[in-house]
This record gives sequence, C-alpha cells and structure tokens, in this order.
Amino acid sequence: MRSERVPVAYRASGFQPSFKPFIGLASVLGIIALLEIGARTGVIGPLMFPAPSAIGAALSDLFTSGLLAKHLGASLRRLAVGWTLGVSLGVIAGIAIGTWTGARSIGVPWVAAISAIPKIALLPLFIIWFGIGEGSKYATIAFGTFFPTVVNTYGGVDNIQRTLIRMGQSFNLKKSTMLTSIILPGTLPAILSAFRISASIGIILLISAEMVSAEFGIGAYIIQQQNLFQLDRLMAGVTVLMVMGLLVYGAISLLERRLLRWR
Amino acid sequence: MQLELAGIAHAYDGLEVLSGIDLMIKSGEVVAIIGPSGCGKSTLLQIIGGLLKPTQGAVFQHGAPPAGCLNPLTYVFQDFALLPWRTVAGNIRLVLSDHTRDAADRDARIETALRQTKLWEFRDAFPTQLSGGMRQRVGIARALAVSPAALLMDEPLSALDAQTRELLMDEFAALFAATRVTGVYVTHNLNEAVRLAHRVVALSRRPGCIREIVEIPVPLSERRSGLPELGRLEQHLWSLIRDEAIAADRELTHAE
Repeated sequence: MRSERVPVAYRASGFQPSFKPFIGLASVLGIIALLEIGARTGVIGPLMFPAPSAIGAALSDLFTSGLLAKHLGASLRRLAVGWTLGVSLGVIAGIAIGTWTGARSIGVPWVAAISAIPKIALLPLFIIWFGIGEGSKYATIAFGTFFPTVVNTYGGVDNIQRTLIRMGQSFNLKKSTMLTSIILPGTLPAILSAFRISASIGIILLISAEMVSAEFGIGAYIIQQQNLFQLDRLMAGVTVLMVMGLLVYGAISLLERRLLRWR
Repeated sequence: MQLELAGIAHAYDGLEVLSGIDLMIKSGEVVAIIGPSGCGKSTLLQIIGGLLKPTQGAVFQHGAPPAGCLNPLTYVFQDFALLPWRTVAGNIRLVLSDHTRDAADRDARIETALRQTKLWEFRDAFPTQLSGGMRQRVGIARALAVSPAALLMDEPLSALDAQTRELLMDEFAALFAATRVTGVYVTHNLNEAVRLAHRVVALSRRPGCIREIVEIPVPLSERRSGLPELGRLEQHLWSLIRDEAIAADRELTHAE
C-alpha cells in the first residue's frame, strides 16, 4: 500500500451521445464540398456522380420552370391523402386490437402476415381496383402506412401501466372516458413514433407508385430523368426527397415536443 | 358502511393464495392487513373493492353509502397511479367527470380535497414535478374528492422513503380521525399497522388465512411513534408472522 495522496480519476465519460446541430450541418456542407472538389478535379467522372453545382443548377431550373411546384404538389397531395387515411385507420385498428379480445384475435395474425409483404407488389391489384389515376396511389400509401401504425399503436396500448387502467376502473369511469382520457393519451408516444416510421414508408411507396405510372410527381420526374440518363436532374429529384424526409422528421419532432411535454 | 367478507378463497391458475377469509369491517373502523410477502394481502384488497373475482366467497356491503358519495369503494395505490399528462387538479377532475355533471360541485370538491391535503398551490403542477410524498398526497386527495364510504389502501407508503413515510403516517392518522372513514390498509410495515389501524389482521403465509386479529386499544389521536404500548403490540405482531416470513422468503415462486 502506497501512502501517496492520489485523486480518484473520473471514469464515467462516454456513452452519452447528444445532438449538436452545427456538427450535423458541417457534415452536410463537407460532403457537398468534397463531391464538388472531386468533380472539378476529375477524380469523380461525370458519369459516376454529377457535381453538386450541376445538381443545384438542375434544381433551380426545376424551380424557375414551375415544374417543381407541379411535381411536388402532386406528390404531397398523394402523400397527405394516403398517409392520413392509413394512419388514422391504423390508430383505430391498433386501439381496437389493444383493448378488445375479438379484434386482437383476428387482427394480430393478419397484421403479422401482411406486414411481410412489400406493399408495392400489390400496386397492380390496386390499379385494377381503384384505377390507374390517384386512387391506386392513395390506396398503396394508405395500405403501406396502415400496418406499421397498427403494430406500434397496439404495442403502445399494451405498454400503458396496468395500474392506470385499474385506477380508472376502480373509480367507475365510463368505457369512453377510459378510452379518451387514459388509453389514448397513454398511447400517444407510440402513435407519434408510428407517425415517424409510417411517414418514411409513405414517401418510399409514393415514389415507387409514381415511378410505375404518373404524369406528375417527384417519382415520375426521377424515372423520366433515369430514362434520359440525366444524372444531375435525377439527383435534383433525389435531393427534393431528402429535404422532404428532413422536414417530415422535423415536423414530427416538433409535434412530440408539443404533445409530450409531460414526459 | 360496513363490509363483510364471507368465505373468501382465491387461486391463481390452481395456486391457492387465499383460503377461508371471514371478516366484518365495521363502519368508521380502519383495519390493517399484514402478512408475509406472497400471502395474498393485495389480492384480498383487490377482491374487497371488486377489482378481482374471488374463486370462492363474496364481499357484501351493509348499508347505503353516505349522501354525496360518488364512489363508495375507493383505492389509494402503492405506485400512486396518477396520469402523468394531467395536472394535479386534472387528475382529480378525471375521476369526478363521469359522476357529477355539476361543474361547480366538481370545482368545490377539487378545492376541498386539495386544501385538505395542502396541495392547493400545486394544483397546476404535473406529477413528474412532485416528490413521492406529494404524489401520494395527490392520490389521497383524489380518493377524498369522491367522498368514499370506504378507503382501500394498498401499501400506500411503501414506495416512499422513511422520513416521508413518517410524515404521511401522521397525516393519515389525522385524516382517519377527522373523517371517520371506513378503511382497509394493506401493509407489510408493522409500525404503520399499529399506528393507523383500530384492528390488525395478521394473515398466514400462502395460502393466506386469518391467523390472529389484534385490537389496538389506543385512540388514533393519542398514537405517537415510540409509544411503549404500540411497541409491545408491534413486537407481538412480529412474533406472529416472523416464522411465516422466514418460510415465505424461502419459497420459490410468489404469486401476488
């Protein structure tokens, strides 16, 4: 045993990640700069990846020609209708499965089976049922966002503390009060996380459906540029999608902060 | 209101946890139920309040609940059971909403209950902002707001630290003395039992049946911690359940 006086070293550093927006932004700008330098110096050939400046020019063309508004407008409307339909029906079905034996017994096996299908595989069926126009796209997005919402929602209901439900019953609350004041708010965190998952699934299905058959829409634009091998325009379309993804993510985070302040 | 427990027995999937419980809980009386872990105390309390169907026997209410009573059998929970997304006042409003359409009556009940538990200035706080002791006070205020005929308390102080428990014990004693409410108080803490109850029912280990019923002859208002008489009774209760507790501790599975 040494008799020196040594300070106890701090050992609990690390494993506590936090989000620093500036580092995130710097990484985006850094990648863009690297790609631009690569393109200018010829390290990245024009057939491999377009220069960010060319993508920017294509984006600004898209914007000034008014085509962006047309494509984006068509896409956003499909996403809004399809997603709203899928998610609202999904929440209702999820709450039913979470609270009622009949719905659970029927719902769980079907949800498990259908979850495994890539929903875009069913597009031909939806085209036959709902027409080649908007109907089949709404249906694809609704169908694809419905199932993850159901799974998340009933998982959320299952995770509500049993004592809260016991409490409601012990005070003789009406079934409707139990549903609206205990079950629904208790499931809200899970529902919002379902929003997040289903929004990205919705965007993927939207683009896939538009690639198959659509005159306007970001997916239609991307497939046109693919056929013409216009890589800069193709990437301009992809950039729009990335921005869409970021905005949706931000919107849902904002909603979570607003609605889940009690946490 | 009196409560009569008649021949209650209960089993979970064939595992017998309670057998042959007969007990009369008089109006205005607080009965503590103690026993080793797994003896079915909480199960018994759930049965008394109609949250669990016993395999055998039944619980009967004698007499009508007092006027203004919105929920005759009202629980206070061990883990408080507060909705984290509602404020203190909101948690109480929830249990009133289905029982009284009169908004003024609702507000009056909320205010009375919150003032009685000294929570009035915390009415707009959320449960997560409160200490454990304050959260349980909200649980008590919520129970009082419905003017219960009987309070069913499931280890209401066991989630709290020793100091908070001591403080709340005094408040419970004052509350019982002031309201003369009928109460069933489940606890594994013998000190709480002798401080708060008129009678203590000691259950044996699983399957729980009544081993002994001990009267606490000291009036509630005169009970203090360290009172020799209470200490003797506590010792007696401990000698009753000590061997049972040791045996219960060495059992493999507990169903409660």
